Amino acid sequence: MGKYSFRGGVHPRGYKELSAQKPFEVFLPKGDLVFPLSQHLGKPAVPVVKKNDLVKVGQLIAKADGFISSNIHSSVSGKVKIIEPRLNNAGILGESIVIENDGEYTPAEGVGEFSDYTTMTGKEIIDKVKEAGIVGLGGAGFPTYVKLMPKNPEEIRWIVANGAECEPGITCDDRLMVEHPDWVVNGLKVVLQIFPTARAVIAIEENKPDAINAIEKEISGDDRFSVLVLKVKYPQGGERNLVHAVSGQYMESGALPASLGVIVDNTATLAAIYKAVCLNTPLYERGLTVTGSGAANPGNYIVKFGTLASEILTFEDDIRLGTKKVVLGGPMMGVAIPNLDIPLEKRNNALTVLLEDDVETAQKQMTNCIRCGKCIRVCPLGLYPQMMAEAVERNNLQRFIDVHGLDCIQCGTCNYACPAKRPLTQLFKQAKPAAMALNRLNQAKKEGGK
Amino acid sequence: MSSGALLVITIILLGIVALLVGVMLVFAGNKFAVAVDPKESAVRESLPGNNCGACGYPGCDGLAAAIAKGEAPVNKCPVGGAPVAAKISEIMGVAAGESVRQVAFVRCSGTCDKAVTNSQYIGIRSCSAAAAIPGKGEKLCQDGCLGFGECVAQCDFDAIHIVDGIAYVDRTKCVGCGKCAKACPQHLIEIIPDDSVYAVACASRDKGKAVKAQCSAGCIGCRGCVIRCKNGAMTFANNLAHIDYEKCTGCGDCTVKCPSKVIVNRLSPQDQAAEKPAS
Ligand code: SF4
Ligand code: SF4
Ligand code: SF4
Ligand code: SF4
Repeated sequence: MGKYSFRGGVHPRGYKELSAQKPFEVFLPKGDLVFPLSQHLGKPAVPVVKKNDLVKVGQLIAKADGFISSNIHSSVSGKVKIIEPRLNNAGILGESIVIENDGEYTPAEGVGEFSDYTTMTGKEIIDKVKEAGIVGLGGAGFPTYVKLMPKNPEEIRWIVANGAECEPGITCDDRLMVEHPDWVVNGLKVVLQIFPTARAVIAIEENKPDAINAIEKEISGDDRFSVLVLKVKYPQGGERNLVHAVSGQYMESGALPASLGVIVDNTATLAAIYKAVCLNTPLYERGLTVTGSGAANPGNYIVKFGTLASEILTFEDDIRLGTKKVVLGGPMMGVAIPNLDIPLEKRNNALTVLLEDDVETAQKQMTNCIRCGKCIRVCPLGLYPQMMAEAVERNNLQRFIDVHGLDCIQCGTCNYACPAKRPLTQLFKQAKPAAMALNRLNQAKKEGGK
Repeated sequence: MSSGALLVITIILLGIVALLVGVMLVFAGNKFAVAVDPKESAVRESLPGNNCGACGYPGCDGLAAAIAKGEAPVNKCPVGGAPVAAKISEIMGVAAGESVRQVAFVRCSGTCDKAVTNSQYIGIRSCSAAAAIPGKGEKLCQDGCLGFGECVAQCDFDAIHIVDGIAYVDRTKCVGCGKCAKACPQHLIEIIPDDSVYAVACASRDKGKAVKAQCSAGCIGCRGCVIRCKNGAMTFANNLAHIDYEKCTGCGDCTVKCPSKVIVNRLSPQDQAAEKPAS
């Protein structure tokens, strides 16, 4: 297969060299662990433990509430200290389970036991994925088991492992593919067990030759698998780009990849599926990259969920003097956090520590829109960011919806390219909740009118 | 045909057409005439003509029609207030009833010296933009006024201003149209009767301990006010005290022991001074 690329996109500096060659280190937290009940898309989970209960590693502590929700498991052994509102990822106080770490890491019963996926039915596999609380680890946090139950299972032709990792600075998926290619490939095999007629594709950007080699070695001899090498460009790992790359068709506005016969999962998610199904290990830890100009020790860590960011990034050792901000996620899509005392959870793939605040610099240089059309040229979705931004600035949400503002994936590409330094993506982020509410209202009206 | 004859024929033909159209228009005018209620136009005359939409009708014309039909009460216009209501009640021949002026009230007292800030906000200088970002602006408190003045931009009457980091309503200028309340992403602005003496100037839904760490002016939920109020006007929900303005007699018992001094007297001279911007 040739190298795939897409229309639009930008080339921000990758600075992956900061951490790309650093092997994973397991980070063992010392302090209390905080598990927000909402660390996925959908309804918050409901606690199943009480104050002073003893819990073990991998034990269920909160249960999914409804279809779009997710189980949460403890990542340490210890005692439930309290269930109370604590600062979470969104920077607000949200109901959380606080666990006092006993430092023993005693596993719960059955965790780590081997099972053979080849004897399981699709339903059994999906149930295991659901039980293990697996959500999209690329950042969206959408419950994975829902993705594995499309309306048209017999039409699924491609399972794509998304290893593009196009966001600058982040290297945890790269390291995962280099160190544990078998996890990713076995995860794909487990999913193929559900969709026996599908083929598996591992999509990797060409700046990760080690990962490509490791995966190619792992899949050699199995012709259901292939590696799709992607050109280096941001946002190469967007779901729509990958769906187009394998199926040759463009996803319509509002459509799901499954409608074109494709299921896309992040490589880390697939590794989690493998561990949940074959090793009976629920999702309680993940790979996380610490990077950025202000990080004294950039590297890749296996982080237990609930670990506070302040434990990983201590002011004495890890943050350089003069650091201006810390971003949860990468520099393009991440969000700045107001406080380091927030727990790391399922959706977090990186902590980026920055000596310079580019937003501040941009704000100083901001001018009015010069109608250059650059934002339109680079948007990977072919949207009209300039028109969308104008609609938000005029508070005209209907117009924002009409120019397809709701399709925006908030990748920040337009923002990066804009020579007038307009804060485009922030405007879209700001407008989305209200625009979605308006859209639902419009739809309800339409249905009521029929 | 000579050009003279052509001219005459054209004039005659056009004349006939004009006559026919004229007759038809007169006929149609009579047949489809809309009787304009003289009351409606009189009511319309009395309304202020701001077309602000605060009454909930499409502009002053809309409200005039509704009042004339008897679908809306005569004191529906918040901008005109009592004098306009009296005029309209005369036209309509009904009693105006008691109409109390409604004004906006901002439920936050977290000025720069009282609210704790934990970060620096860099980005679009608007309340809704800041509210969409983790941490919600610079204050530690997540429910308070963000101070970027989205409400100020909405007000047509120059009645709301940012002073010392939070929004203040000028009671004398505010007409209670509610546009600011709609704009506030923190849902801080309440439209209350202007004669209410006391109001709780805090909107934090956090528990006492958390509030204490965030702001020295926040409601910590001690419920002292609920216990002290003899009229049952104080209620407590979502970790926050609230006054029922109907029941409140303005005795002020609730304020005596409030440790955060968060129940403000809206009518007292010094609080009034605080509500007026030092422009
Ligand atoms: S942020 Fe939205 S509008 Fe801008 S390039 Fe990305 S998808 Fe397009
Ligand atoms: S890139 Fe910036 S300046 Fe150019 S059209 Fe888009 S918003 Fe305007
Ligand atoms: S916008 Fe708010 S402050 Fe201004 S007149 Fe209307 S209710 Fe009063
Ligand atoms: S009252 Fe609301 S809209 Fe006005 S400045 Fe405060 S947060 Fe912004």
